[in-house]
Amino acid sequence: MRNLFRFIQRYHFFFLFLVFGTVAMALTASYQSDHRAFFIHSANAVSGKIYQAFDDVTAYLSLKQVNRQLLNDNTRLLNRQRENFVITDTDVFISADSIFQRRFSYMHARVINNSVTRRDNYLTLNKGLNHGVAPDMGVIAANGVVGIVRNVSANFSVAMSVLHSDMLVSVKIKKNDHIGSLHWEGNNYREAHMTYIPPHVELAMGDTIVTSGYSVVFPENILIGTIKDWEIRRGETFFTATIDLALDLNKISYAYIVKNLMQDEQKELELSVTSDI
Amino acid sequence: MLRMNWRFVFLFAGLVLVQVLILNNMMLGGYANPQLYILFVLMLPVNVPGWLLLASSFVLGLILDAFSDSMAIHAAATVFMAFCRPAMIRFVTGNTVMQGQEVPSFSVFGGFSLILYALALILLHHAVLFFLEIFHFAEFVQTLSRIVISAGLTLVFTIIGFALLERSFSN
Repeated sequence: MRNLFRFIQRYHFFFLFLVFGTVAMALTASYQSDHRAFFIHSANAVSGKIYQAFDDVTAYLSLKQVNRQLLNDNTRLLNRQRENFVITDTDVFISADSIFQRRFSYMHARVINNSVTRRDNYLTLNKGLNHGVAPDMGVIAANGVVGIVRNVSANFSVAMSVLHSDMLVSVKIKKNDHIGSLHWEGNNYREAHMTYIPPHVELAMGDTIVTSGYSVVFPENILIGTIKDWEIRRGETFFTATIDLALDLNKISYAYIVKNLMQDEQKELELSVTSDI
Repeated sequence: MLRMNWRFVFLFAGLVLVQVLILNNMMLGGYANPQLYILFVLMLPVNVPGWLLLASSFVLGLILDAFSDSMAIHAAATVFMAFCRPAMIRFVTGNTVMQGQEVPSFSVFGGFSLILYALALILLHHAVLFFLEIFHFAEFVQTLSRIVISAGLTLVFTIIGFALLERSFSN
């Protein structure tokens, strides 16, 4: 027994390394199995506060650009308002109507931390549980998809960016409605790839890609980008297209969190079908 | 000795803030980030107790992970680097017996040895970090180029750090 202790004492540096190394690897592996139970993330109180404080200072530097962006957004939305249109038919009645049931609702959030340089990128937003944010909500910006919320704390949330190896977005080609899925292969943060396009589909440079609306996270017809190039890769039978992303994720400072009010209903229904088979 | 310890506490906090708030937002060469925070591990005194070296590296890495949502890969990489540090010091100083109190610096190690010491440990750290980040060996060449580019950047920042802090950390 004493020899054992002496042995451990002699090589304590190595054993301590094993202990710390194992803990770190176990933490990393536990994230892979269940990311929601993971507790080391930037939505926690301390790092959230620090990011918020720093953002309060640096926000001034991008005010000009943000203002221009917000003006653009506002103008576009104002143009859509019903008051803009003159009602010529005075015989029409407006009443509460169950035909138009709201499916998506939006709230805005400030991006207080963001990265585009890593293989798996995340954004921290300054809205959390207190504001009604929950995991699996979508995050979009005026001209593109940003990500999906993963972790939420009282006042902050962390979203997995489109620039993440686990991220797949269901998209379609706007002109002919052919669907495919969008993913990011690393390297250039301005480009992503759309796969599973059948080879008979006619593609052209500059074709617009938008969200398909088939996922339970994002509404239909949100801009993704334009086709830059396409090819049939070795061993595959479908086109893979390179997409120029419309949204510059490195410049984003505000985003909108999308809540799908019928998400649970749709998920449950779809699950019940697959479990019957 | 006590004053010395406070200096390391400030170094620790300062490096975390600089790394998280400034360097992590920097885009150099497209997809490479300098990881200056490991300067803390490089600058601990030569005779720092083994447990303190490993424990402080682990905590430092874990704090970085919490800020950058990267699981515990910074912790793993930093602990591995700390584990290799004593052997690397013995290697670059050619087994010269050191007083122990010294902080690795240009004047103590000499320029060439210091750069060799920093570069070797930075490469080890980055190799673990980037391969854990993708968690598999696909995209091997791409990851390798990220390691080399980031290591180069980190080395430049580290050398500047050594030069700036040389005076305040020499006793």
